[in-house]
Amino acid sequence: MSELRLMKGNEAIAEAAIRYGVDGYFGYPITPQSEVMETLMDLRPWESTGMVVLQAESEIASINMMYGGAGCGKKVMTSSSSPGISLMQEGLSYLAGAELPCVVVNVVRGGPGLGTIQPAQSDYAQAVNGGGHGDYNLIVLAPSSVQEMADFVELAFELAFKYRNPAMILSDGMIGQMMEKVELKPQKTRMSNEEIAEKYPWATTGKPSSRERNIITSVELDPYAFERFNNKVQAKYKQMHKEDVRFEQFQCEDAEYLLVAYGSSARICQKSVQLLREKGIKAGLLRPITLFPFPGVELEKLAGQVKGMLAVELSAGQLVRDVRLAVNGKVPVEHFGRMGGVIHSPEEVVEALEKNFLKG
Amino acid sequence: MNEEIIIAGFGGQGVLSMGKILAYSGVMQGMEVSWMPSYGPEMRGGTANVTVILSDSRISSPILRKYDTAIILNQQSMDKFEQTVKPGGLLVYDGNGITRHPERDDINIYRVDAAEEASKMQSAKTFNMIVLGGYLKINPVVTMENVMNGLKKSLPDRHHHLLPLNEAAIKRGTEIVQEIATV
Amino acid sequence: MALEVKDIIKPENLVYAKTKLLTERMLHYCPGCTHGVVNKLIAEVIDELNIQEDTIGVTPVGCSVLLYNYIEIDWHEAAHGRAPAVGTGIKRLRPEKYVFTYQGDGDLAAIGTAETIHACNRGENMLMVFINNGIYGMTGGQMAPTTLEGMKASTCPFGRDVEHDGNPLNMTSIVATLPGTCYVTRQAAHTAPAVRKLKKALRKAFENQKDKKGTSFIEVVATCSSGWKMNPVQSNKWMEANMFPIYPLGDIKDV
Repeated sequence: MSELRLMKGNEAIAEAAIRYGVDGYFGYPITPQSEVMETLMDLRPWESTGMVVLQAESEIASINMMYGGAGCGKKVMTSSSSPGISLMQEGLSYLAGAELPCVVVNVVRGGPGLGTIQPAQSDYAQAVNGGGHGDYNLIVLAPSSVQEMADFVELAFELAFKYRNPAMILSDGMIGQMMEKVELKPQKTRMSNEEIAEKYPWATTGKPSSRERNIITSVELDPYAFERFNNKVQAKYKQMHKEDVRFEQFQCEDAEYLLVAYGSSARICQKSVQLLREKGIKAGLLRPITLFPFPGVELEKLAGQVKGMLAVELSAGQLVRDVRLAVNGKVPVEHFGRMGGVIHSPEEVVEALEKNFLKG
Repeated sequence: MNEEIIIAGFGGQGVLSMGKILAYSGVMQGMEVSWMPSYGPEMRGGTANVTVILSDSRISSPILRKYDTAIILNQQSMDKFEQTVKPGGLLVYDGNGITRHPERDDINIYRVDAAEEASKMQSAKTFNMIVLGGYLKINPVVTMENVMNGLKKSLPDRHHHLLPLNEAAIKRGTEIVQEIATV
Repeated sequence: MALEVKDIIKPENLVYAKTKLLTERMLHYCPGCTHGVVNKLIAEVIDELNIQEDTIGVTPVGCSVLLYNYIEIDWHEAAHGRAPAVGTGIKRLRPEKYVFTYQGDGDLAAIGTAETIHACNRGENMLMVFINNGIYGMTGGQMAPTTLEGMKASTCPFGRDVEHDGNPLNMTSIVATLPGTCYVTRQAAHTAPAVRKLKKALRKAFENQKDKKGTSFIEVVATCSSGWKMNPVQSNKWMEANMFPIYPLGDIKDV
């Protein structure tokens, strides 16, 4: 039975993971996401669903524990925040190179360095460009509510397994720490080892005489063979752009100016659209839900309609590059964003739009 | 209905939990709610604040610059948030430790001396519930029944024996809240 | 009458056969390398315990990175130093499986020190095989954490200077102090008796997993003829004379 609860985004991730039937969580504490593991440890899912929860000695260890678990065909996840995610990049590259599904939650805080513990969106470029070494991408989902924190656990796993590719839920301290009403889905049963062996024939489930041995690896000494592998991976990314782009439009039908924002910033921008409309300015908002694959086609369509676009993000300007690439000069694209953990107010966004497009 | 509230005071005064109970009451009443805390070192003492929004429709920004209501529990918060109340809005404060009282003449100001009352009730922990009672008396955004339901949901089962004490504190708050100025 | 080859190769003349679980792939190791012997022993033990279907191996980065080509079991190739974390993930999610990691000294005792110590400290119920030849073989003979004092390598061409480079790290002694390890031993594979002892140790370590005893840790003091720039016979002699005094053979812990 589904259930209505008031909870933090971080708690919602943990609850949703158990209910979706995740097999293993490996993590390391870091603010502002520690509630994820704390909630899991408190709920003791190993007694109910059999889910494994383990505190690792570092983010490097947690991502590699996930790597091992993912190789077994298990649904594994971790969560961290910016500095910890940087440590995981090696592992993510291996996971992508070995074509393994898994889910990583990044509750972003202000950087660079140890930075602040306040919300930021300054890990966008790292997330949508893969983050580690090599030509690969993560599937990146950007929740903008606590409900989506819960819902995207399932969505992220579905996409990760569809493409055999790591998926990231790119959240931030705001969505992680805020509480909202959440409808939690009913408990699902975890997949049995037999079902896994049947459904995921690539997994390291132990070699029976009926099949060749399974090898989870990302190494290939023959460059031509490895180019073929890379082509195969790139084809998956093309397919994602065809089949799995997700976005939300808010008052775009008659919009003359478009705000482009995701996650927490999109929440703020909804209010800004409201304030702009009260002033008689026809503003709309496009919220990418998948940051990779990016809704570039939709933005290009809107480029023929609006007079200007303003990418609004808690960073120095990372999303704005993807927006500019998508519209390819058809319409002016400007950027507004606070940095370092400072959150812009809806009014500041209004001022930025006016300054960029309506004054002078 | 859309009520945007900032609750601000010292860490340890129950600022965040008051906000949570209010938000949960909204959930029980079928509203959309958001609860956005200031988090970090503030949690370990110092100032703490939380933005609570209760609404009949989907909530946009959970972080705001202007509020319908400010519930203020120390001087630093008075200095920081008095000017953020929208004209015609509401400011509720506890007079304990306040050296500069609110000066706005375009908002409604109420005072609830909850710290004093909590010490009379010999339970410092009821402080935030007395304040909540005071606020709900002036602006009954949620019914008392839903507040009690929200309280029950917010408190872990092992603390449910404290429900009557909290109910009494909320009730006491409704009785002692006093009008300072209205527009 | 001279005996011809075809007269010799007959089933009744068989005195030794390739281990069933070894694949047909030709080993990529240099002549005289210890890896090949240890790989074979692991294959033999898995075969003899009849646990092929229930064994998952984790390979490292280093000379044994391609170990997965040689034994007929499921494998997971880990990043440099991360094998104990990968093994932990596998074992925690498939606790009924036999899991072992196989790492060299750079992998286990330098870049993966944290993963090694914490896996042992948690007492992960798996086997960790540690091949210690005191040098980085795969990358071309650089100094390892276990390189002996005065021993030459491409990044300490005048010999390891402990003032500058620190002392050889004895990981096996370190992990023996951790309550999570149940069996810690140091072995070699350079003589027939040593091979027999090592095989016994490997067998015991796999059996420990069945009994859920904790982490079994087997160091194999090994040679690297290419890196050491000696022939295999010289290498073995040098190992006996120089490695064994610093890394003495025998059980350190057996609970």
